[in-house]
Formats: sequence, C-alpha cells, structure tokens
Amino acid sequence: MTLKMNAGTQSLESIQKLNELSGENVKLCMQCATCSGMCPMTAEMDYGPRRVMHMAQFGLKKQLAEINTYWKCASCHACTVKCPRGIDIAKVMEALRQQSLRTGQNKVEPSQMSAETIADLPQIAMVAGFRKLTS
Amino acid sequence: MKISYYPGCTLKTKAKNLDRAAIASLEALGVEVEEIDRWNCCGAVYSLTADDLIHMVGPVRNLIRAKEQGADKLVTLCSMCYNTLARANQLMREDTVKRDTINRFMDDEIDYAGEVEVVHYLSFLEQEIGWEKLKEAVKAPLSDLKVGTYYGCTLQRPADVGIEPFGSYLLMTGMLEALGATVVPFAAADKCCGSYQVLGAEPVENSAAAAVINIAGGAGIEALATSCPLCEYNLGKQQKQLLAKEKIGAPVPTYYFTQLLALALGLEAEVCHFELNDAASLELLKSKNCLAAA
Ligand code: SF4
Ligand code: SF4
Repeated sequence: MTLKMNAGTQSLESIQKLNELSGENVKLCMQCATCSGMCPMTAEMDYGPRRVMHMAQFGLKKQLAEINTYWKCASCHACTVKCPRGIDIAKVMEALRQQSLRTGQNKVEPSQMSAETIADLPQIAMVAGFRKLTS
Repeated sequence: MKISYYPGCTLKTKAKNLDRAAIASLEALGVEVEEIDRWNCCGAVYSLTADDLIHMVGPVRNLIRAKEQGADKLVTLCSMCYNTLARANQLMREDTVKRDTINRFMDDEIDYAGEVEVVHYLSFLEQEIGWEKLKEAVKAPLSDLKVGTYYGCTLQRPADVGIEPFGSYLLMTGMLEALGATVVPFAAADKCCGSYQVLGAEPVENSAAAAVINIAGGAGIEALATSCPLCEYNLGKQQKQLLAKEKIGAPVPTYYFTQLLALALGLEAEVCHFELNDAASLELLKSKNCLAAA
C-alpha cells in the first residue's frame, strides 16, 4: 500500500495525542528498523513496527486505525530494549491500542470464549489478554 | 531463614507445579517460606500508558501487604508477576507525583514509597544460597539432560527491572549447572512465546512459539526450563497441536525450572505435579533416569 501524505491525510494533533498517551516522542525515530528486526510477531502483522512508527510520525491517523500491528503486539519489549533512539516502542503500541479500546470496542469478546478455553488457559493469559485487548 | 513470598493467581491452580516444587525446594534448602496475607492479583501486565494509574493499585497493594507484614524483600516466582510488581515498585520509588496520587487514592492503606524490594526466586537462590551450596545439596544430579534456559520476555525486559542484563542467562544457567544438567545455549532464549496473544488465536497460528521450539530443537536441546506459566502454556501445552500441524519439527518437553530443582534435590516427584505438564515431560525424565530418587 502506498501511503499518501498530505495536509488532508495528516493529523498533527494525533501525533501530539499519541506522544502524550505513550509518554514517548515518535519524532525521535530514525527509521532504522531495528524494532522490526527484533519483533517476534511480524509474521502476523500487516505492518512491522518500523512502518508503524513512520505512520505515527506523520500523523496518519486513519491508516493507523486500520492496521493490525498493535493488536498483534505481545508487549514483549524486544524492540524497546534495542531502539538506538531510546524509544519505548511497546508504549507507543499500547497507546495505539488504548486509543481504540477507549472508544468502547473490544478486540476479543470474553463472552464468546468457550468454557473449555477458559478452563484451559492460565489465569495470567486471560488477565493479560483482557487488559490488552478489551476496553 | 524466612522469606515473604507472593505466589500469584496462576500458581495456586493451573501452575501448581511451578509453585509447589519451588516451596518444597526452598524448605529442603532450609528456607521457611511465608506467603503474604491477603494478596491479590498483580494485574499480570504493567500498564504502559502515561495516564493509567488505576491498574497500579493492584500490584502496589501487594507491596503494601508485604511492608505491613514487616518484609523488606518480597520473593516471587512467576515471570509476569515479577515484572508487574517490580515495575510498579519502581514507579513508586521514582515518580513522586504518581506515588502521591496512588497513596492518596488508597487512603485506607499505609503510604508506600518502594520500601520493599521485589526479588525473583532465581536471584534469591543465587544471593542467599549460592550455586556452590546448592551443588552440595543435590542428591540426584540431572546428568545427561540437555536443558535450554528459556527466559522469555518479562524476566529481562525492560532493563531496569531485569533479573540480569538482556542477553545474559547466568542465573538459570548457574542453577541448572549446579543441578548437574548440561545447559545448551540457543538463539531463542529471550524470544517471546506469543504471550497473551494466545487469546482469540488458534494455537497453530502462534508462529512465535513455533519459532522458539524449532530453534531450541535445532540447537540440540532436550528440555526447556521456564519460570512463566504463560510461556509454559504456549510452548508446552500447545506443543502437541503445533506438532500435529507440522509447525514444529520435533517435540521439546517443557518444565518449570523449580521442577528440575526439586527433582535434583531428591524430593518426591509428587511435589512437582507432573500431571500438569505435557505427558512427554515425565517420559523424558524417566528415560534419562532423572526420577531415580523419587
Ligand atoms: S528501532 Fe527505534 S529508531 Fe529504529 S525504526 Fe524502530 S523506533 Fe525507529
Ligand atoms: S513489544 Fe510489540 S512491537 Fe515490540 S517487539 Fe514486542 S511484539 Fe513487536
């Protein structure tokens, strides 16, 4: 997908909001892709973390809302510990998740989970998953 | 010696094998384990948004319980509990504004400013028992067992709460070598197992778990040792399905490091609750004569 960047696609306000919510500064990113190289989940992501950082830097709010990267992120912090610009990318991913979850939408529906799945999963999987994927 | 211990939810039920083997081992080493009173869920993950303080209440309340009960150290075992408690503790030590807000919000509790130190079981073993002394206490060495130290994410990341620097596996290596096992290095010791992404995904979709098992198997590892019930679930309990779908080449049985510890110390196999592991785990130990003492 070609990313269109112009005054119409950019939301400068969204950059500021993302920075505030994550406590990070996405503009520090120099697009080295170390994060994408470290990320264990890229096989399941439509865009790797480096490209997400690029979208975030340019305030591409609409595209950011449509991608699955932060829903596939496992908060493993492998990117964070290696970013040469010191960006805590895991926090940026969390902020992107929260921006969506705080509109009241769930990414997984607890009520749809079967009794067998619930009986099988360890508690930390459910607590962590609900914290990350439900509003 | 007596220690304050935080078990966490999963260790009381589905990861009883992690908890019981750990407590029995410490007792065998002369350490009295005292579970803190009225502990609650730690929240499993640390909140990463700048404005979310409400999810700090859970972990901080546990730290307050420990402080109230006179503990200066709180030993914990589950990697996710360790991470969440240690990060919340760090916040309470370093961020005076957030600390004040949290303390004022919990006005029914004593104030807390990070007085308790959160210590992982492995660090405790190294600092208070030491590998030399542990070696002397071993009754049934795990000779012939080639083990991989699977740290996963939360024991080491982020750096300021890591039990040791990113990329270093000395604690679990030291322990396993003291138990007589052969530690085989592999490139996925700190790779994520897929974590909570197991929720809502089919097990066969977990490419992260498959990668860890394949790399471990390729390195000649026979057994993976972990400290986390979620890692054990993704790598161990889901392994049969990964195998059936040919996502992994060969099985690699998984264990909690505390189970290997308990066995080497010559404790009854019952304390290890192997019925909660995949059947292959017990089979491998039998074939390696690691259950001889039991
Ligand atoms: S590692 Fe850091 S600087 Fe490099 S692309 Fe990722 S976020 Fe940007
Ligand atoms: S924290 Fe998320 S984005 Fe970063 S490496 Fe881990 S899974 Fe990938």
